[in-house]
Amino acid sequence: MARMKFLCDAERCIECNACVTACKNENEVPWGINRRRVVTLNDGEMGKERSISMACMHCTDAPCAAVCPVDCFYTTADAVVLHSKELCIGCGYCFYACPFGAPQYPQLGNFGGRGKMDKCTFCAGGPEADNTPAEYARYGANRLAEGKLPLCAEMCSTKALLAGDGEIIAAIYKERVVTRGYGSGAWGWSTAYPDSQGV
Amino acid sequence: MAREIGVMTMLRRCLALGFLALLLALGQPALAQVQDQGRPSNEELQLMQQLQGQGPLTGRVSIPDQRAATLIQPAGKEWRDFWRGTSPWIGGIAIGGMLALLVLFFLIRGRVPMEGGRSGETITRFNGLDRFAHWLTAISFLVLAITGLNIAFGRDLLLPLIGPEAFSAFSDAGKVAHNFLSFPFTLGILLMLVLWVRDNIPSRLDLEWLAAGGGIIGHGHAHARRFNGGQKAIFWSVVLMGGAIAVTGYFLMFPFTVVADVGGMQTTQMVHSVLSMILVAIILAHIYIGTIGMEGAFHAMGSGEVDLNWAEAHHDLWAEEIRARERRETGTAPGAMPAE
Repeated sequence: MARMKFLCDAERCIECNACVTACKNENEVPWGINRRRVVTLNDGEMGKERSISMACMHCTDAPCAAVCPVDCFYTTADAVVLHSKELCIGCGYCFYACPFGAPQYPQLGNFGGRGKMDKCTFCAGGPEADNTPAEYARYGANRLAEGKLPLCAEMCSTKALLAGDGEIIAAIYKERVVTRGYGSGAWGWSTAYPDSQGV
Repeated sequence: MAREIGVMTMLRRCLALGFLALLLALGQPALAQVQDQGRPSNEELQLMQQLQGQGPLTGRVSIPDQRAATLIQPAGKEWRDFWRGTSPWIGGIAIGGMLALLVLFFLIRGRVPMEGGRSGETITRFNGLDRFAHWLTAISFLVLAITGLNIAFGRDLLLPLIGPEAFSAFSDAGKVAHNFLSFPFTLGILLMLVLWVRDNIPSRLDLEWLAAGGGIIGHGHAHARRFNGGQKAIFWSVVLMGGAIAVTGYFLMFPFTVVADVGGMQTTQMVHSVLSMILVAIILAHIYIGTIGMEGAFHAMGSGEVDLNWAEAHHDLWAEEIRARERRETGTAPGAMPAE
């Protein structure tokens, strides 16, 4: 099986936010929730500005899954980290543990009342049967089950955002770095995939 | 405040700048390696991590949620290690250790009997308001403790027994109960503080009480007013630790309102959980001594009336005070009191 990963090439990202929009539309993400976001570092500094599109990185040994009090996370055969909204109690602990700020909570219920956590699913739906209305309502699209890759990366205009099997996208990125002679590294990879060599 | 933020941003900028400059400077050898071996090393990444240090890496986002501007927050790993590694040990040793201690103590000492048996005569120790404050705090604390410990230990202890669906339903209800019962708990603590702080100011008597073994370890009784040294210790741990637990609890209940960043939320959670587990251990001892540990003690909070013999053994100065007041109020001559 493939080991699915995201890779954002900071030398290519132009902060157009199309990935953010595509994600929101494809998955009908609720108001106030961004499964994917673009962060600009050194904003406005000539030659030093870099934008990185970030979402759940589907970590190896995911911290969210480790700290969840109700153990609602699971990892698919494609190494995609998903969770069950049936089991989630909205405690917010996964947000404290996540290095990338991926988990989001709709404002529901009492007090700071968080609803069920929502995050990037790598367009792989949830525990319900593939491509059912129940799955779509809770988790959004299941493109992986249709043999497609996440829409954010699929429609990235500069192909800065790559999604797919870790080895293949790493090879693409390496080739780019060799060709152009520089690269600022695969953002978040050493945090998300400590076992990954190279890149 | 505005200046503080400005300085922080500048510091962050400087850090990021320095980091980029170093990246550029070190880009050459990294590239050489790429060409030499056909694959780049992750030196670049390690460098990035080192330069980043332990602080979060923050940029700018165009969406309203400014927390999203943090690209990577490495502190999440330490919090995870605490929550899955350190915290269960602290809780296990504090609570498990206390239970073991109490069982051992009960086996050795048994139930502390009332000296001189029951006299049949009682005096009022806690009035209705006193007992209301106590039980308001006690009942909410029990539920808060059980639902809180469920968040800490349920996944490992309860989940395998009852399965994910039942456990999730229980935890979800527990979370709601935990949130709502924080209010009566806080109210109870404030009430007890107002009602009893006057009688809980530490004094030299407490040291003598402690030196005499508190009446439970040895046999002799030291003098004590309304509350002895041990009770004062319980009072102050409940008021101070309970208060701190309540405050951190509200920070967690209203996330990112008072505490602005994720690092602050992690610290708040750690303080909340450690203090709570220690307070649970302390309260276990309190429950023990108030029920099976000592004859006659439960009545104080049960009916509010305690046996005169119990009062004179444990709180001689207080009992004397109460009886003197009764004498004054009824206008009875001291000689008319029944001889003890």
